Amino acid sequence: MYRNTDIINEGSQSPSFGEAGDLVINVGPQHPATHGVLHLVITLNGETIKKVEPHLGYIHRSIEKMCESLTYRQFIYVTSRMDYLSSHINNHACALCVEKGMQIEVPERAQVIRVLMDELTRIASHELWWGAMAMDIGAFTPFFHAFRERETINEIMEDTCGARLTMNYMVPGGVMADIHPEFQKKVKGFITLFKSKVDEYAELLTGNIIFKNRMKDVGVLSKEDAISFGCTGPVARGSGVSCDIRKWYPYEIYDKLDFEEIIETAGDSLARYMVRLREMKQSVRIIEQLIDNIPEGDFQAKTKAVLKLPKGEFYSRVETARGEFGVYIVSEGATTPYRIKFRSPGFSNLSALDHMARGSKLGDLVAMMGTLDLVIPDIDR
Amino acid sequence: MWSLNKISDNIHHWLNQQFSPTWALIFEMVIAGICVISLFAMLGLILVLMERKVSAWMQIRLGPNRVGPKGIFQSLADTVKLLVKEGMTPDGADKLLFNLAPFIAMIVAMLLMAPIAFAKDFQLWDLNIGVLYVSAVSSIMVISILMAGWASNNKYSLMGAMRSGAQIVSYELSAGLSILTIVVLTGSLKISDIINAQADGWWIFKGHIPVIIAFVIFIIAVTAETNRAPFDLAEAESELTAGFHTEYSGMKFALFFLAEYVNVFIVCAIGATLFLGGWMPLHIGHWQAFNHVMDYVPSSIWFFGKTFFLIFLIMWFRWTFPRLRIDQLLNLEWKYLLPISMFNILLATAVAILGWHF
Repeated sequence: MYRNTDIINEGSQSPSFGEAGDLVINVGPQHPATHGVLHLVITLNGETIKKVEPHLGYIHRSIEKMCESLTYRQFIYVTSRMDYLSSHINNHACALCVEKGMQIEVPERAQVIRVLMDELTRIASHELWWGAMAMDIGAFTPFFHAFRERETINEIMEDTCGARLTMNYMVPGGVMADIHPEFQKKVKGFITLFKSKVDEYAELLTGNIIFKNRMKDVGVLSKEDAISFGCTGPVARGSGVSCDIRKWYPYEIYDKLDFEEIIETAGDSLARYMVRLREMKQSVRIIEQLIDNIPEGDFQAKTKAVLKLPKGEFYSRVETARGEFGVYIVSEGATTPYRIKFRSPGFSNLSALDHMARGSKLGDLVAMMGTLDLVIPDIDR
Repeated sequence: MWSLNKISDNIHHWLNQQFSPTWALIFEMVIAGICVISLFAMLGLILVLMERKVSAWMQIRLGPNRVGPKGIFQSLADTVKLLVKEGMTPDGADKLLFNLAPFIAMIVAMLLMAPIAFAKDFQLWDLNIGVLYVSAVSSIMVISILMAGWASNNKYSLMGAMRSGAQIVSYELSAGLSILTIVVLTGSLKISDIINAQADGWWIFKGHIPVIIAFVIFIIAVTAETNRAPFDLAEAESELTAGFHTEYSGMKFALFFLAEYVNVFIVCAIGATLFLGGWMPLHIGHWQAFNHVMDYVPSSIWFFGKTFFLIFLIMWFRWTFPRLRIDQLLNLEWKYLLPISMFNILLATAVAILGWHF
């Protein structure tokens, strides 16, 4: 614990405590704006931020190490607990990597179901982000409106894979079970609902003058900086970097689908916000193309009971709701991976926070953290 | 017609018959004090419940619905919970200031009850500088917030208090100037004079554009002055956890909470008195029959109806708007509201001198 008996820090030489007259405050590990156990040590000069120092590790569960003792079928389930808002997509990446190693051909039906699930997850994740970000900047009502629509997706997920948060559905070779008989009807119902509500979002928040002032020119990240910090996903696309894995390195059936990669060039919080809002509409577009065209066939390829990846290194990547998620497996030919490494989007996106926040006000920090869409277990793993 | 002033007159006569005038006065003061304290507590309970129900309605929820029918005893249960909680004083805090601050907030809110006319001829203290008294006393509120923030020995509290200080001092100017608009038109600071001047029409209707501008500015300024969203920077949950009352718990926190809600009530009551005619019924020109029907509604209903309408407006702001940033907040006041108010008061003066109002 930091005991703050001397409120103004007088001339400490420690690099993390700044100069005389600076106010050092600990945002987190328990703080309403961090949405988890992120710990930011912020050096302030009045209301102006001089430095932001993220301290990580509060929710480190050593998932990578844990995966080394689990078989190729088992380790996928652990990855749902990393970025819990896009657990399907995490599982997808792991399944893809194992399939690459084993050279399993995934049936077309499974591919379509996987893409549908990915896009539903993406919408659900962005809905939650929209509500949580609005809450960060002081508007409480959007949270409940976003959750109303998200609930419909959760019900679809519950029907199909039995869980509402840490879903496990993707397995090497396809999906675990066939879709629920009501699946198509419910997804169509959701799309109708969502299309009528997405304009309401704009009315409630996007068009608000206070909101625009809070977002515009806040936390500007230039294109060069976005690349050098390794930002991916909506954060990089808000800065004008074209980096959608679904477009650049298509997996499954993404190359046959008609959708746009959303890019905004301003690089500020408003641009990142708009990218995500428009991405939700693109996800709906993808779902609309697929929902009536789910091909007949197997939902899972026939695989061996015990999976053994050949000796070598395998990498696969997917586009999660937060950016590029990579799985790197080093195999020694055993039933468990020799070494596994996850490239999580949240970690790289967080690293840009200090650069973005310097010189802005304390109130801007929450807006930036909101639009970075940080999921703490994804950062710490 | 049943009215509050008849009850008070009856009590006054009865006390004067039974006791000497001195003792009667003392008893009357005690009764008035008890009434104010119970009104204070009642308002706290009602407004907290109202806020929760209004927010639930806006957020597609049900709100409290477990304690009592439709959850009407929820705030009572919360009060009991807060009463029995331990009121902690943090280590290293300035104990005197820390424990004094919530009481100052409460005292300020109570003092402000004095000049408010709750119904026809039903007012605790109709002093001749009524409106000035309200602006002067409400400024003391900032002292309690600064004290709480400084004494807590917490950086979040300190920042919240500093924000609040800057905010309240700035927005008082606009609030004061918009109050002055009505004073210019009425020619009196006395609350009863201001209400009586609106017998043939509320100022918002007969005061032309300057009064409408003043009303809008007044609502914005008092929302900021009572630290309500979208100007709740002093508390700013996502930035400063709970701002100046981060370290308060139990009844000490409850006093701040109560003072906030009573302050909302008071500023809305002042707004209703100045712009919407206080307890005056709605009268339209020469519609004699309509005016008579309106007169049958008790004056207290008119007063509380208008006040709660304004309170609802302020709650509506809170649950729909995002929060401003501190520099934007001060820009809004010093670059927009204050120049507009200054120009507006000139306009109002011209209207008053030339007799352009109805």
